[in-house]
Amino acid sequence: MATRTVIDPLTRIEGHLRIELESEAGRISKAWSETTQFRGIEQIVTGRDPRDAWAFVQRICGVCTTVHAIASVSAVENAIGSNPPEQARLIRDIVLGSQEVQDHVIHFYHLHALDWVNVPSAAKADPAKAVELAKAIGSTWKGNTLERFTEVRDTVQGVLDSGQLSIFTGGYWDHPDYRLPAEANLMAVAHYLDALEFQRSMIRIGTVFGGKNPHPNFLVGGMACTIDPNRSESINQVQTDQIQQWIDESVDFVRSCYLPDALAILSFYPDYFDVGASTPNFFAVGMSGATFAGNPNESRTTSAHTAVKPGVIMNMDLTRVQPFDPAKITEWVSSAWYEYSGGDIGLTPDKGETTVKYTGPKPPFTWLGDNDEYTWCKAPRYDGKPMQVGPLARVLLAYAQGHARTKELVDGAIAKYKITAAQLNSTAGRTLARCVECVTSVELLAEEVWPKFLANIKAGDIDVFDSSKWDPSSWPAGRASGYAFVEVARGNLSHWVSIENGKVAHYQAVVPTTWLAGGRDAAGTQGPYEESLAGNGKHPLADPKQPLEPLRTIHSFDPCMSCAVHVLDPDGETLEVVNS
Amino acid sequence: MPAELSGWVEPTLEENLARAGFGRRDFMKYCGELAAIFAVGVPTFANASQANAASMTAEVIAEKLGSATKPVVVWLQLQECTGCMESALRSGGTTIEEAVLGLLSVNYNELVMQAAGEAANKALEEANASEHVLVVNGSVPTRDGGIYCTIGGESAETILRKSAEKATAILAVGACAVWGSVQASNPNPTGAVGVDAIITDKPVVNVAGCPPIGEVITATIAYVLTHGELPKLDAEGRPLFAYDQRIHDSCPRRAHFDAGQYVRSFDDEGARNGWCLYEVGCKGPSTFSACPIIKWNLGTNWPIGAGHPCIGCTEKYFYDRFTPFYQTLPDVGGFGVESTAEKVGWGLVGAVAAGVAVHAGVTAVRHAASRRAAEGSEPLQAFGDSERVWLPNPKRVTEPTDAAASGTAISNDESGKAE
Repeated sequence: MATRTVIDPLTRIEGHLRIELESEAGRISKAWSETTQFRGIEQIVTGRDPRDAWAFVQRICGVCTTVHAIASVSAVENAIGSNPPEQARLIRDIVLGSQEVQDHVIHFYHLHALDWVNVPSAAKADPAKAVELAKAIGSTWKGNTLERFTEVRDTVQGVLDSGQLSIFTGGYWDHPDYRLPAEANLMAVAHYLDALEFQRSMIRIGTVFGGKNPHPNFLVGGMACTIDPNRSESINQVQTDQIQQWIDESVDFVRSCYLPDALAILSFYPDYFDVGASTPNFFAVGMSGATFAGNPNESRTTSAHTAVKPGVIMNMDLTRVQPFDPAKITEWVSSAWYEYSGGDIGLTPDKGETTVKYTGPKPPFTWLGDNDEYTWCKAPRYDGKPMQVGPLARVLLAYAQGHARTKELVDGAIAKYKITAAQLNSTAGRTLARCVECVTSVELLAEEVWPKFLANIKAGDIDVFDSSKWDPSSWPAGRASGYAFVEVARGNLSHWVSIENGKVAHYQAVVPTTWLAGGRDAAGTQGPYEESLAGNGKHPLADPKQPLEPLRTIHSFDPCMSCAVHVLDPDGETLEVVNS
Repeated sequence: MPAELSGWVEPTLEENLARAGFGRRDFMKYCGELAAIFAVGVPTFANASQANAASMTAEVIAEKLGSATKPVVVWLQLQECTGCMESALRSGGTTIEEAVLGLLSVNYNELVMQAAGEAANKALEEANASEHVLVVNGSVPTRDGGIYCTIGGESAETILRKSAEKATAILAVGACAVWGSVQASNPNPTGAVGVDAIITDKPVVNVAGCPPIGEVITATIAYVLTHGELPKLDAEGRPLFAYDQRIHDSCPRRAHFDAGQYVRSFDDEGARNGWCLYEVGCKGPSTFSACPIIKWNLGTNWPIGAGHPCIGCTEKYFYDRFTPFYQTLPDVGGFGVESTAEKVGWGLVGAVAAGVAVHAGVTAVRHAASRRAAEGSEPLQAFGDSERVWLPNPKRVTEPTDAAASGTAISNDESGKAE
């Protein structure tokens, strides 16, 4: 007799995700990934000035802030033939890089860590032993002091004593599968707090260029922030000195705190390299930060790890990276609350339709999984197959192409955990890959992108705006279309725009979490979240009242649900709603 | 060394802070910073002969804050993008402020809480059963029976109503919670509305912005705890301490506006010299926010400081009323134009001068009244008429510019009456 479990709200993610499960004898047998929010932003941006579009679509997500804006301005530039100067592109790379690093850090410590770390246990720790532990795992973080750990232990004790647990209220703290010793829990809680401080500091890099965060400002044709080493109202030595300091702090935090923490915590959960395997197919257009205005096989606009090319890995075959063909992307609505005029088929993004056809129950409801349609999320497929995107896909792509630093980090982990590369397709593997990528991203920022930007300033290159295509009269006559691919924190993002008479005629975004959170397609093939939970019938769920194990697996994907659901209505059709 | 959430062991905040290693001096430093933020509203308070904000010294704040007890907070996220939570997480910078986060017991917030599913819903029910402070991010989609945003199988509207029932203070944080923001923009496919369109029997504090400044979010909560009442609000329900000044009046580039020195292209001499962004579409003259005063992300910068025009994100319906974003506001002349700019600015935000006298008891009904009053002035009809318009936008030129916005406002009012 199967037990039914509903996880809604699935917390510590961006947005609203509902997971429904059936389990027997402590193993998950069926899973449904259900997205429960819809906003329709692409419909709203249609008919607007394309130079404004970034400000609308940036609000697709405030966690992935900046990335949709950068994809949008890049797509519009591709359509109108604008060429942002190199320094403007480097500024976007810097903003994108710093966003991604802080995003991965926040995900690990504030969204994912409490799946592995037992907060109340930290109160029982011996701070002196925690200092020893930190040293033993190779953590050289400056916060690993007896004073600090004692202070944090007392703080945890104070929260427990008060009886008011705040964000820890109702937590699964008695779950038998929390495995860290008290000292490791204490160290992790201390670093959780340090990471809060870290992210506040790191995001200031983007604020220098974009004026605020979340949702900094961007500009079609370049950037609005001027650079001039000899003017106080432009970015000069004062700001670059500050940024240098924040970048140095970031490198230090990622290497001395995040990396050793992730490696150490996963070493207590090695069996999670055998849990959560999802579809063995992956694609990316490069390593994180790779941006292309137009076809990824032809045009690259960033300096992010140019040696790693776009590619597709099928069936976990790392010996054969296949070329990436954007034309093979289709989206299905078989399990979603939409209908296509041509029936239950896959449509390419440039021909995408979104007509709402809600067939679910009126809220309040208790179970959606019995319905054929159960989500607001479409199901993208590549060459008809579900795909994993994100840090794991990019790390595998870089690994398969022999990227030296990635190989060093991945091979080190493979040796440490005595696993095979194939086992990286797992809950622990995705969490590991995110950390590996954070290291290569922060090093790219510190060692290549930022120095190049400074060297260009020294050489007198301070141009950040292509004014030649600002005025709409300079745009191509008739319909102009463009698109951009960007590798962002959660995976491959593409924006597609068509412009007519100076207005957005068509807008579409294909978003990482859509690839991952989408449901079943016409063939009944599960989406990647579903596959990771119910793909082999072995995923643990010890206590359906405390669904800690599936939370670990879903969090390993870093869901971003506001990103996942978007609607395009190129013809301005009204939404049709059919309530069952 | 960064501080941590302070454990709540002693009866009062100050004693808890002392226990956590923060001396009286640290505490007073924090209160001094709060006082500086509150003091943004001083001139208005003084003019209106309201409570004299100048008396809100660090000492007074210290006395009130130090004796506060730890209230339960329900922090909802409805139809939104999580940008407001991210902004709140980025508030602060002094170690003492981190500690003050321990002021609250945030028993329900989806982004940060450990529990999920049933356990999370139980935490919400228990918090809702007693008095609590309600913070809301996100809008409420009202179309089609609430299908466009459900949590735990319930509609966003039901969740909001249940959580508001015993709330002692309701803070709508961010443009979505205030008026629906981007998803409420034309054609508003999901019928998104703000909190005060649903909760009409209690005052709602509108912490405006897309997102609001992190420090403003946390200071609004601290204000409520310090004063034991809601902050003084403007006609839009926004706290005066952060929204009484027009960006145009506080802007460090104002002198360039008065001198007729404008940026005309983002790479010209004016841009490099920090001249006024009015001609490239700055909405500072029609936007009320303390951005130039508080700035963003530990005072690092602010949008105009980074060379980009203000898009007016603290004003209702800005995605419809203030777009195209790079289009110049109506020409308000060159030298000595304070009075004209003043009129245009006030008119464009749909507020009237009397609005500042509206006290803390302002309700959604009063919001609606002032919105209706503002509709009569139709200031936005002039919006598309400027000679400096670069991009004809048929939607905005051929129709009354604020038709969509007014329509939404009216439907908000109607849903309020249906209560």
